[in-house]
Amino acid sequence: MGNDTLTRTENFRSWFMDKLLLGMSWPEYSRNLITPFNIAAMLILSIGIPVIALRFIHGLAAVTHASDEYPWGLILGWGLFGGVPLSATGFVMATAYYIFGFKRYKPLVRLGVLTGFMGYFFAVVYLLTDIGRPWRIYYPMIVGFGTASVLFLVAWHVATYLTVQFLEFSPAILEWLKSRRVRKWATMITIAMTIAGIILSTLHQSALGALFLLAPGKLHPLWYSSYIPVFFLSSSIYAALAMVIVVSTLAARFLRKATDDTFLGSLDKLTIGLGKGTCVGIYVYFALKVIGIAHDNNWALLGTPYGEWFLVEMLGFVLLPALVLTYGVKKESTGIVRFGAFYAVLGILVNRINVSIVAFNWNLPHHLSHIVPPWQEVVIVLTLVTIHILIFRWILNRMPVLREHPDYKESH
Amino acid sequence: MDKILKNSLGDEGTTEEPQNEKDNTRKISRRRFLGTVAAIGGISLIGSYKDASAYKEFTGWPNRYGCLTDLTECVGCRSCEEACNEANNLPKPDVPFDDKSVFNEKRRPTVQAYTVVNRYENPKDAGKPIYRKIQCNHCNEPACASACPIHAYTKTPEGAVLYDPEKCFGCRYCMIACPFYVPAYDYASPLEPKIVKCVLCYGRIKNGDMPACAEACPVGAITFGKRSDLIKLAREKIMKNPDRYIDHIYGEHEVGGTSWMYISGVPFEQLDFPANLPKKPLIEQTKGFLSAVPVVFTVWPALFGMIYAALRHREELEKEKNQK
Repeated sequence: MGNDTLTRTENFRSWFMDKLLLGMSWPEYSRNLITPFNIAAMLILSIGIPVIALRFIHGLAAVTHASDEYPWGLILGWGLFGGVPLSATGFVMATAYYIFGFKRYKPLVRLGVLTGFMGYFFAVVYLLTDIGRPWRIYYPMIVGFGTASVLFLVAWHVATYLTVQFLEFSPAILEWLKSRRVRKWATMITIAMTIAGIILSTLHQSALGALFLLAPGKLHPLWYSSYIPVFFLSSSIYAALAMVIVVSTLAARFLRKATDDTFLGSLDKLTIGLGKGTCVGIYVYFALKVIGIAHDNNWALLGTPYGEWFLVEMLGFVLLPALVLTYGVKKESTGIVRFGAFYAVLGILVNRINVSIVAFNWNLPHHLSHIVPPWQEVVIVLTLVTIHILIFRWILNRMPVLREHPDYKESH
Repeated sequence: MDKILKNSLGDEGTTEEPQNEKDNTRKISRRRFLGTVAAIGGISLIGSYKDASAYKEFTGWPNRYGCLTDLTECVGCRSCEEACNEANNLPKPDVPFDDKSVFNEKRRPTVQAYTVVNRYENPKDAGKPIYRKIQCNHCNEPACASACPIHAYTKTPEGAVLYDPEKCFGCRYCMIACPFYVPAYDYASPLEPKIVKCVLCYGRIKNGDMPACAEACPVGAITFGKRSDLIKLAREKIMKNPDRYIDHIYGEHEVGGTSWMYISGVPFEQLDFPANLPKKPLIEQTKGFLSAVPVVFTVWPALFGMIYAALRHREELEKEKNQK
């Protein structure tokens, strides 16, 4: 009896060390935690978590500049409108691999799915921080159906897609937990889940743009277009490809221990391939945007101050990254392609912030002084980004994402 | 129609005969049921087909009420603000209602006030400033209501647009959507924030009274009545005094029309009325997108499933080739 308990304790101890402490003992693991990055992260959290608490004690008024004219600020501009296109990685990589048969990209598929899942999860976290009564988040599913609302569609799709992505990623979790039988079930639904992912992503990526269709009087005509759902969808596809380059670059650089030779060995070649895809995606998007200006005959507006800012976005943050990427692909230089990918991701953020913050309410007096967020709002965003990275790293270190699990090689 | 009626009569006829046989009653009652259904269905089809239209349009509740503000009459006494405050049990303001210093800046409706009056210079007569009252315009097809994912807004047949805080989760998309910047939000409330806006004194108009502000106005600048009558009145006023008014009823067509309308002596954009709004209800802007949603749901699985199948097919062919 006593022996039994002892073995059980010992089993748990080794499970705990293996799964959670990366095979180290407590003292060893905690020593390893003291890194410059972790210290910086703890500093940010120690300031940021109290600021987030302030939002729930004194309301949004205490931590943001949100007002009756400016209901949405940086929390949603960054977290929802910026975060969701960069999280299209899951659907883009899964579609490329499972449906279109780009089999060579296998080492990056799980990374794409995890990036997507985490991105959506955190988009919801940003939303919960921002909305007035977050515990009512399920209301569009049960209490009232605003079927004429684009946001109703976004709510349903983000919730469903979060579930779909969890299922898509679940084989990695189950391999980590060594649950062979459940894993087999989880892999059987892959194709169905991938197609569900395409449907849901097509719709809610575009829906985030369509949200602004209701505000033709408020969004600047250069950004407002009946094509805005198409702009959002099309840019999310290249955003995803660029984001996979960004995340894999960071992982290869900072989490080398979590990778395997297959991942590291194929990464350069795959980066060039993804860069090529990003290029095509940006040129398609750029063409669509030009069609948008032509469709509404907005050429004359390009000479106005907002038009100049629009040109900065279109030339400096869309076309220029595309040219950098084209050059990198031609030269087969992973360094240039990676730089181009970071640049393209930045361009996406610039676009989404422009739509949701800079060009929104452009005709109100003193508009530009309203769009600068207070430090508290910036700290909230930084805090959530930090938590995002910490959880992401925790998973990458433990689960077979950047490497294949030895027991399941060649089994996808 | 005759045929259908006959059929159902015929069925009724047969029910009389074999009433004793248990087995048959079931059959017959089903037949009778089907006959009735066919008859009802047929009649309803025939009854409505003549006015069936391929173009469906909601032009608003027929007998809805509204208000007409005559901006040339308003003297800026703020009686409407005070009456509104009392009628709706709103918190007392820091600056009393007879204090004219509030006009030094442009105000907007807030969580404390459903309505505010602002002062503008009069380009025609500098000694007689123009006052503009702001409150919810109670659109015929409100953008706030079409924005709400939880259906917390209702456009009542009486014309008022009402909001239910019990449903709201505070996403504030209604504020983004409102073309008139009307809904206010309680940002200082950490746990129970809600939207605040004019309710067209819904309780009062249900009882046959007029909104408090309209009743309180000492110069009759606000007329309450059926929206259709108000448009006639506004047209008449403009026609009789073409020098006093510009030829524009603001709210007659803006974003599909509003229950609250305005006539003015100077162009409305000089008084900060949004001048860049479409004549169609704003929901029309999203209809095209939303109608594509079911198409994606039905076509995408087939399309991408086919692509998947095609690639698998090619893989198999290649495998066969390699085996040979």
